[in-house]
Amino acid sequence: MAKSNVSKVLFGPIFDNNPIALQILGICSALAVTTSINVSVVMSVAVIAVVAFSSAAVSAIRHYIPTSIRIIVQMTVIASLVIVVDQVLKAFLYDISKQLSVFVGLIITNCIVMGRAEGFAMKNGVWMSFLDGIGNGLGYGMVLLFVAFFRELFGSGSLFGYELLKLSRDGGWYNPNNLMLLPPSAFFIIGILIWVIRLNKPEQIEES
Amino acid sequence: MPQRDSVGYTILVASVLCVVCSLAVSAAAVALRPYQEQNKILDRQRNILDAAGLAMGEFGRSAPELSKEQIDELYSRVSEKLVDLETGEYVTDMDPKEYDPREAAKKPETSVEITDPQFDIGVPKRETIARVYFVKKPGSDAIQQVVLPVYGKGLWSTLYGYLALKNDLETIEGLTFYEHAETPGLGGEVDNTKWKAQWVGLALYNDEGDPAAEVAKGAAPEDSEHAVDGLSGATITSRGVTNLVRYWAGPNGYGPFLEQLSKEISGEATLAEPERNIDSGVEQYDIDNAGEKEPVGE
Repeated sequence: MAKSNVSKVLFGPIFDNNPIALQILGICSALAVTTSINVSVVMSVAVIAVVAFSSAAVSAIRHYIPTSIRIIVQMTVIASLVIVVDQVLKAFLYDISKQLSVFVGLIITNCIVMGRAEGFAMKNGVWMSFLDGIGNGLGYGMVLLFVAFFRELFGSGSLFGYELLKLSRDGGWYNPNNLMLLPPSAFFIIGILIWVIRLNKPEQIEES
Repeated sequence: MPQRDSVGYTILVASVLCVVCSLAVSAAAVALRPYQEQNKILDRQRNILDAAGLAMGEFGRSAPELSKEQIDELYSRVSEKLVDLETGEYVTDMDPKEYDPREAAKKPETSVEITDPQFDIGVPKRETIARVYFVKKPGSDAIQQVVLPVYGKGLWSTLYGYLALKNDLETIEGLTFYEHAETPGLGGEVDNTKWKAQWVGLALYNDEGDPAAEVAKGAAPEDSEHAVDGLSGATITSRGVTNLVRYWAGPNGYGPFLEQLSKEISGEATLAEPERNIDSGVEQYDIDNAGEKEPVGE
């Protein structure tokens, strides 16, 4: 029982209960940081770290948090973690942190983090909350990578920064799709992803 | 927890949490600061080397791909100096390494309002003292290039970059932007190496000595020695780049300094004293006509 529970908590959010595709949370940063895969990977790792550790921390002190200030307590924990992550990125991954700029700081307002702290960590043990955080972070990261794959390939003709399609402005044949470089394109890709997931998992379709 | 919702307990939890969180945050900030400072300096050095074309010239790769040791090696040929933009003279009572031009541009006592109807860079104020960089020829003190920090508004953001000039002070050796938030693929193409390469060898000034380098609308005319191709779909970014290059090259930007420097360089050439460095030479120059807006170089 415990075992199946672990895998459900850890892997459930990737497809069955994806925070972006099913719960439609954390869309803002999914639009902003998905123009290249490298940046998306770093952003995903940052979000995974923040969700996992904030869920664990909130869960560890859940019996001591007065209900009247519980949201602000969660916020404080999350904000502190985000600042630490931002500092670490600035110290060790300076180039990518420059590209992510404000979006690392904006993890604070990412609804996934807050949602997991309030929705799961307040009711479950430390270890489970930690896994739940990792799972949701992975679910978020997967969507980010999926979106970034298409945006980088069709917008810049490259993957992970390596050129695959020779761009016409550099003398090649591929004329890049500039829409892919602009945030709205992520809406289309996320929309298509949600459609594909719900085709395969009809139980996710909401009653209209 | 019987009194879990009492006022006293709530305040206690809030204070303890605040102390713990602030300790964690400040510990991280203090412990990681040396790395961050190093990154910032390295990043600046890379951009300067890129603007001057040194990384490409020496190693055949752009500066972000070089290791720290290679950057250090190249950067040993670069020296930094502070310059008073109004008079064009060097400022020697401050350490160039400690000086932060961006901070200075924010403070009222170290900045001036930009009133330049001709070339509007879209920024209300600039610093009074700028940090400039000299690239020396390998193994000598003779100036090979001078690298000037430039900035100005594009469409969404202020573009920050470096303009490298050859030692005749009127030929552009490179223009690189290290910070901007223009639209990727449109205005963001200011980072495109093909486009940046077009700047190399352009004449910064026209025959009258006015700043004339520009980003053309559409393709640059074949015979033009002042224009690079326009960035398609990025009219406002293109215009912003033109304005910022012209502003900083003009009399309100580095004009007075470049004028001083051209005298210094021509003085060095005639005196031909190999052991003399730039610092000792500064005091000798006639500064009376520093304010005149003469064409720089001959």
